[in-house]
Amino acid sequence: MTASLIGARIQRKEDYRFLTGAGLYTDDVALPGQAYAAFVRSPHAHARIRKIAADQAKKSPAVLAVYTGADLAAAKVGGLPCGWLITDVNGQPMKEPPYPPLAQGKVRHVGERVAVVIAESLAQARDAAELIEVDYEVLPALVDPVKAKGAPPIHEAAPDNTCYVWALGDKAAVDSAFAKAAHVTKLDFVNNRLIPNAIEPRAANATYSRAEAGYTLYVASQNPHVERLLMTAFVLGLPENKVRVVAPDVGGGFGSKIYLYPEDVVVTWAAKQLNRPVKWTAERTESFVSDAHGRDHVTTAELALDRDGRFLALRVRTTANLGAYLSTFASCIPTILYATLLAGQYTTPLIHCEVTAVFTNTTPVDAYRGAGRPEATYVVERLVETAAREMKLDPAGIRRKNFIRQFPYQTPVALCYDTGNYEATLDAVMKMADVAGFKQRKEESLRKGRLRGLGYACYIEACGIAPSNVAGSLGARAGLFEAGEIRVHPTGTVTVFTGSHSHGQGHETTFAQVVADRLGLPMENVDIVHGDTSKVLFGMGTYGSRSIAVGGTAIVKALDKIIAKGRKIAAHLLEAAEADIEYDRGVFKVAGTDKQKTFGEVAFAAYVPHHYPLDKLEPGLNENAFYDPTNFTFPAGSYVCEVEVDRDTGATQVVAFTAVDDFGKVINPMIVDGQVHGGLAQGIGQALTEGCRYDSAGQLLTGSFSDYAIPRAGDVPLFKLDTRETPCTHNPLGVKGCGEAGAIGAPAAVMNAITDALGVKDLPMPATAQTVWRSMHKAA
Amino acid sequence: MSVKVSMKVNGKPVSADLEARTLLVTFIREQLRLTGTHVGCDTAQCGACTVLMNGKAIKSCSIVAMQAEGADILTIEGVAKPDGTLHPMQAAFKENHGLQCGFCTPGMVMNALDFAKSHPDPTEEEVRDSLEGNLCRCTGYHNIVKSIMAGARAMAGKP
Repeated sequence: MTASLIGARIQRKEDYRFLTGAGLYTDDVALPGQAYAAFVRSPHAHARIRKIAADQAKKSPAVLAVYTGADLAAAKVGGLPCGWLITDVNGQPMKEPPYPPLAQGKVRHVGERVAVVIAESLAQARDAAELIEVDYEVLPALVDPVKAKGAPPIHEAAPDNTCYVWALGDKAAVDSAFAKAAHVTKLDFVNNRLIPNAIEPRAANATYSRAEAGYTLYVASQNPHVERLLMTAFVLGLPENKVRVVAPDVGGGFGSKIYLYPEDVVVTWAAKQLNRPVKWTAERTESFVSDAHGRDHVTTAELALDRDGRFLALRVRTTANLGAYLSTFASCIPTILYATLLAGQYTTPLIHCEVTAVFTNTTPVDAYRGAGRPEATYVVERLVETAAREMKLDPAGIRRKNFIRQFPYQTPVALCYDTGNYEATLDAVMKMADVAGFKQRKEESLRKGRLRGLGYACYIEACGIAPSNVAGSLGARAGLFEAGEIRVHPTGTVTVFTGSHSHGQGHETTFAQVVADRLGLPMENVDIVHGDTSKVLFGMGTYGSRSIAVGGTAIVKALDKIIAKGRKIAAHLLEAAEADIEYDRGVFKVAGTDKQKTFGEVAFAAYVPHHYPLDKLEPGLNENAFYDPTNFTFPAGSYVCEVEVDRDTGATQVVAFTAVDDFGKVINPMIVDGQVHGGLAQGIGQALTEGCRYDSAGQLLTGSFSDYAIPRAGDVPLFKLDTRETPCTHNPLGVKGCGEAGAIGAPAAVMNAITDALGVKDLPMPATAQTVWRSMHKAA
Repeated sequence: MSVKVSMKVNGKPVSADLEARTLLVTFIREQLRLTGTHVGCDTAQCGACTVLMNGKAIKSCSIVAMQAEGADILTIEGVAKPDGTLHPMQAAFKENHGLQCGFCTPGMVMNALDFAKSHPDPTEEEVRDSLEGNLCRCTGYHNIVKSIMAGARAMAGKP
């Protein structure tokens, strides 16, 4: 083998099982004696529970148990913890109201769990759940986050319905820059609430073994070790060593499967009570009302510019809707992962952002693909494009004028970008999208009765939150490292254990490429294991596009140890000095000679140590590593979107979308392209089709795929993609991460294109045909 | 009420006594333990449960098992050759990276098998139309469209 595997479009190892129906998702797991759970959920957004009458349900056929909040309270089951403590502008900790797994006395959003029925079959559990009568005293619902202050309190612990008011930046300096600015561009907008909708619904199947005094939980999770830690240490008070969490094949996550959810806790607890495996799988309607939602910001944003279009200052005021309870990482999304990204790709010297995070009677909101960064990009890129239009400047030109060009670059909002080349991606995307030919295409569209518009977005992302100690000082209650283990078998094949988790990202291929490339082994000799706390030493899981940058680096660190030990073994076998041993593509060689041992021979010697330096070296070839990054990575890119708007109906079609991204080194371009495609579709979905709606009573109006439109095949075009490469400076692979980019950059590009087509300043997302039609008719 | 249901699944005769309300997908997944057919919604929209019934793609979540009495059902488990070699449509999905998390994939492939019979060399637009009833949240459809175009051509013996 000579060609490097890094950068190769290698087909995925995992595909065969998925293509033949041999995947194993949580709901596919059927355990001996399997029992099934059905949850009774609140039909009200806000109500006091007067009484729960469950006698009939308990007596119905094949029902094993009915539990309510009172049962969990009696068993001292705790509430769900929040993983990030935000300190407010007055130095006070955020308000953390209790989040019981089953409602205690009150319900605070439609879909909140009130009781659970466990029966021999799923149909019997559901039938019995219908027999439970809950007497509710309905209370006024708070739905609009802007009206949170002063509304009747949802939680006793937060009398003004505010979790925190938080700020970043020098307000006085920003205000004074605005006072002197030649031009100010201001936008008021809503970053629409989204419902993640991984196609695999959430599921959990727990079993308890009296013989082992231990639990096993199969769960559709992006981070099984975090799930276990939170559940054992904070909620159920179980010994961590007695709980195995397995996240087998997981059918998409997009953030929604990061969190510890009440259902996971309840089935785990119930499995021991009943000494039976208990399985729950969400129906799609349950996913809509109980998976953590994303975004939901109400923002006023202003950009101050000098007369030449240089950015002087940015002022942002956001109300972030956290929903009814604090989900696992909810608090850090509209703060740490939002305000810190507001410099974007630009040298804006002064930035101030104030965030008011409030509780409402809606489903909890947490990270959804991009998590804070799409909201930040939307602020910056909508403002920049609008400013260019107001000042009659070229939108690409105004960006170039303000690009950061020297690295490392310390932004005024805490981050330090290590590397980038924003001009390179913008140049490339403009050429690829044929921006020069747009005028002609616009005229052609007009002849067909359609308005054509072009919009840019130049986004920046911060991936792989780190380092742990800095995150800790900002309130993180978890480490942010990743772990990896390399187990070399006696015959020289390799099993790699990673703490990151794949739920579509293709780790089994990408990580195998990294390992096979470094060791000079064939891909088929390397297997990747993830998603099982009984196999993988530890892990923080997958979110925030961290897997290759953090998880991949942990693997590389472990590989370095393997090679270092292999050199010692080879030196002994070859009777040479360790310093003279070189490792190259599967072979340990004595430098300048033809004396060599293959990787397999060295592995064999390590496990059959007959000729081995036992006095100096342990047998075996197995190493692990924990990697805590020194900084975030900063993927960035430039997107160009073209839309056509039907003048009669307002129907808007994305007719071209071109994306040039800088992800640093790319391991498998095929997989990376796929990640970008998916992100773009979700970003286009946010801009055009997806809008979660509640009525004033807090009823979810968009609670099914009939009402909430995730993009269908006809809603998106074939994408044109390319990459440029400035390798990350602080990890050995030079990688940055690619999972969220599309979802971060696309919404602003699409909305910039639509507003260009219509000649209007702003338009709410999602820009459905109705919204666009109304805008056209208002403008006319 | 219990009913006896008999049909052929992946070429094998099967029969069972089922509650009358048992959905075809429940029978396939829970009784036959063929878990490659997935359930992604409860409104017959996502298409993850698509199987072929007498050669036609149907959503197995939207009929009860009784309605498939005597039918010939093909699920994703029956698509590859007995020796494990992938069917040309499956191979096209692999070659074109037409899947990520894999959850919608069986439904996509089953729907494509039916579609390709009448579209040996489909256009991009035809493929997108054919996917109206199949949702994917991972791929942005880009590579699914390419997979189905390539798979259909391969099934028709075209390069």
